[in-house]
Amino acid sequence: MQTNRLLTLAKQALLTFTVSLILFAPISGLVLEGFSFRNELTRAVLLAALVAAGRVALSLVGMTAIGRKIAGKAASNGSGVTVMTGKEKSPALILGLIFLAGLSLPFFADKYFLGIAILALIYCLLGLGLNIVVGLAGLLDLGFVAFYAVGAYLLALGAQYLGLGFWSALIIAPFLAGLCGMVLAFPVLKMHGDYLAIVTLGFGEIIRLVLNNWLEFTGGPNGASVPPPTLFGLEFTRTAKQGGVPLHDYFGIAYSADYKFWFIYLVLFLVVCLVVYAVERLRVMPLGRMWEALREDEIACRSLGVNHVFTKLTAFMLGASTGGLAGVFFAVHQGFVNPTSFTFFESALILAIVVLGGLGSTVGVIAAALVLTILPELLRDFAEYRVLVFGVLMVVMMIWKPRGLVRVQRPAFFPSTAVKGAGTAPLSASPEAVR
Amino acid sequence: MNTPLLDVRNVTMRFGGIVANRNVSFSVERGGVTALIGPNGAGKTTMFNCITGFYRASEGQILLDGPNGPQDIGTLITKPITGGSHLVTRAGIARTFQNIRLFKEMSVVENLLVAQHLVTANNLVSGVLRTPAFRRAEREAVDRAYHWLGEMNLTDDANRLAGELPYGRQRRLEIARAMCTGPKLICLDEPAAGLNPSETRELSEVIQRLCKEHGQTVLVIEHDMGLVMRISDHVVVLDHGEVISDGTPEHVGNDPAVIAAYLGVSEEEVEK
Amino acid sequence: MDVYILIQQLFNGITLGTIYGLIAVGYTMVYGVIRMINFAHGDVYMVSAYIAAITLAVLTFFGIQSVPFALISVLVITCAITALYGWAIERVAYRPLRGSTKLAPLISAIGISLMLQSYVQIAQGARDQGVPTLISGAFRFGDGVHFAQITYMQTVILFASLIAMGILTYVINHTRIGRECRAVQQNIRISAVLGVNTDRIISTVFVIGAATAAVGGVLVTFNYGSFNFFIGFVMGIKAFTAAVLGGIGSLPGAVLGGVLLGLTEALFAGYVSTDYKDVFAFALLIILLFFRPYGLLGRPEIQKV
Repeated sequence: MQTNRLLTLAKQALLTFTVSLILFAPISGLVLEGFSFRNELTRAVLLAALVAAGRVALSLVGMTAIGRKIAGKAASNGSGVTVMTGKEKSPALILGLIFLAGLSLPFFADKYFLGIAILALIYCLLGLGLNIVVGLAGLLDLGFVAFYAVGAYLLALGAQYLGLGFWSALIIAPFLAGLCGMVLAFPVLKMHGDYLAIVTLGFGEIIRLVLNNWLEFTGGPNGASVPPPTLFGLEFTRTAKQGGVPLHDYFGIAYSADYKFWFIYLVLFLVVCLVVYAVERLRVMPLGRMWEALREDEIACRSLGVNHVFTKLTAFMLGASTGGLAGVFFAVHQGFVNPTSFTFFESALILAIVVLGGLGSTVGVIAAALVLTILPELLRDFAEYRVLVFGVLMVVMMIWKPRGLVRVQRPAFFPSTAVKGAGTAPLSASPEAVR
Repeated sequence: MNTPLLDVRNVTMRFGGIVANRNVSFSVERGGVTALIGPNGAGKTTMFNCITGFYRASEGQILLDGPNGPQDIGTLITKPITGGSHLVTRAGIARTFQNIRLFKEMSVVENLLVAQHLVTANNLVSGVLRTPAFRRAEREAVDRAYHWLGEMNLTDDANRLAGELPYGRQRRLEIARAMCTGPKLICLDEPAAGLNPSETRELSEVIQRLCKEHGQTVLVIEHDMGLVMRISDHVVVLDHGEVISDGTPEHVGNDPAVIAAYLGVSEEEVEK
Repeated sequence: MDVYILIQQLFNGITLGTIYGLIAVGYTMVYGVIRMINFAHGDVYMVSAYIAAITLAVLTFFGIQSVPFALISVLVITCAITALYGWAIERVAYRPLRGSTKLAPLISAIGISLMLQSYVQIAQGARDQGVPTLISGAFRFGDGVHFAQITYMQTVILFASLIAMGILTYVINHTRIGRECRAVQQNIRISAVLGVNTDRIISTVFVIGAATAAVGGVLVTFNYGSFNFFIGFVMGIKAFTAAVLGGIGSLPGAVLGGVLLGLTEALFAGYVSTDYKDVFAFALLIILLFFRPYGLLGRPEIQKV
């Protein structure tokens, strides 16, 4: 019995080793140098051995009692969905503390850290937006970065051609991005779900190529500069450039370049809080419920009179709007935009955030956005491996925990007391009567 | 009250060269249970999908009587841009599915709330700001959901995940969900499939209660002949896509054509 | 004189189009069997380009000079290793997800796509790579000033693609495994009930798809001479467009769609703008899905309730 197991294990290891060696040998083992190559075969052998060892380890976990216990624990912890009991403690206190801590961050952090925090919050916003589309409505959007670009370029080009400022761009961007989302998605949403993924992928590339090639309008690969933000006509520059008064002159304080980042951070933080609130509300609203219902079963939704095309469209548009909003912040933070910020890898990063966060969980998405933006900053030496890690992460998450690391909780509902006593709920639900 | 609630007139349904239904006509009277029966492959489910708006009938009309007179289901589906099967539900036809289609990862109440999306406030702003009108609409929707849960003996399961429920309860939940759309006609696609005898009995009581107490019109596809004979007022038999018998359960039960269709006698013998 | 430019563009378009067709085969077959867009397919093609160049370098290292022999061995070795990639991807990233949510395999595919790109980038470097010109020279038409030419390499591409398609058609239509593939495509559950090993068939489809993509990869590499780790992305979308154009799920459709896309793209590049030729292809995909989502040779799907 025991030897038998060992034999299968050895067979498995050998097979895995051989297959991975064939796979790794040409790419890792023989590095092209002009028309010749450099021999790095030991690298390939090591990689193959590593994969084989991993495979054996996985099998051992499945075979031994202790391993199975660990696997069982890992699987049960947070897999699936639960309904709340309605008796949970209100998280208001913790949320309030987090809110205050977030607001006071600029007073503690240095400029470098604040820059990372702004970037992390931008990715939070992007993650929240894409989460509406992918996590709640179950539509795969691979060109999310296009809407991000729409927001960023709206501010850059709007300032250049129309004299738009930060605030007007902040208001216009969601509508413009949403409109783009509508124009793109409407034709596709009637069809098989997978097509949406490829169409959005194509659209993301179209936007990037147009930004790159339309030199006269967008500045092409050189990009476009973005004016610094203003607050009620007060400017954050040392001397006024946009016909206002510099902030430090107005308040009579010393000039600091940090004020601009403080301002951007605070506005961004408030916007993120608002979006988080709105998304959390949406989940208990009819619209959000319809999105999730569509994700679960489209045909059943149609049988309940849900207009599946319009409902998906709202999700897609709201997601796109949030992306546009994030784009404005990105542009104003960088002070400059060019097409290299809006490649497919950016879309993939946002998708990785949503996937790691657990497709639908707001807390998860925020946590994942913070981790995936701050961690690479700390581990700069491994920057090369970032995309590889995202890829591995997506596959592993889908196999191991498709619902993410954070357990999704559904709200509980209870009847109002009136119905318990009298039992006279309006039975015939006629829409006309209520409207 | 002479016009029937649903009038199917000369409906033919083709898929490419295959004719699933040929020239089918029958009607569904108000407040009763109409059963659509027939051997496997007789075209029942196709007919059902035409009535509930998932297919557009190739020929013929399906008329649903409403406040503005009879309305053709087919025109609702093919309406440009806004058209689709959801309009059929909004016109008053709700349905359940042969292979239960619940929102499995949502709670039981949420399943019923989705069904009421037309009466709850869908406005984004009012929902985010929690206006009084929004809260009232939500409260009424929850109460209505609990009412139907009570009718289906499901109140205890209200805050569980729909996917966790036992099979029989999932069937009843699907009926409750369809009822929450406030339909004029509810179409049940093999509601007793996979149920044990006691669950079937419970189901037949539920259906009868829908008719007697709520005046609900029911159209049902069912294989369980005992159930059909017990609950229906009117039976339509399909075979090879055509109506071969139409009448009361007694009439249909004694019709030689029906017996032949079920027992597999060749068509020549029936014609003699 | 303009006629020659037109003829030249048509030639280029057809050669490009057959390559699109070869890669589209992978999309179309996988979609036909498991109703999923294999986003990693473009990157499998990219990997095959690298393997082809590496194999050629190794052959040259061992002093092999005969061009036909080098070409054929590169083709065979590349196809074999790439096919193994196809098999391994399916085994690792898609098979564990059968019966999962419909989103899971798509995200997993994106993950694989990122992994392949970044793996090749790390292992081989981000710079452009190249292969020496093996076959030079061309057939020329016209006078000394105005002429159209079809290079010998282009002729090789056309013939090789034709042969590959011929073999594929034979396998699908006349062998046991091809019959099983078609059965699984019709109805995967019923096929399983009838004793078809559906897992094996799905693997086979991935292997065939990867091998045909490798044929495309080898030919493109030898034709253009240069490539990098990012070529799979654009090629992937274009080949997918070709598959949709011809009707996804249909093999002749994939080839027809590929040739049509290659032709229109070459004409667009020749007469309108080269900068926007990719935009044109992607826009074509979006417009196509709007007006004729089931393509030229595909059949509209009937939704089962």
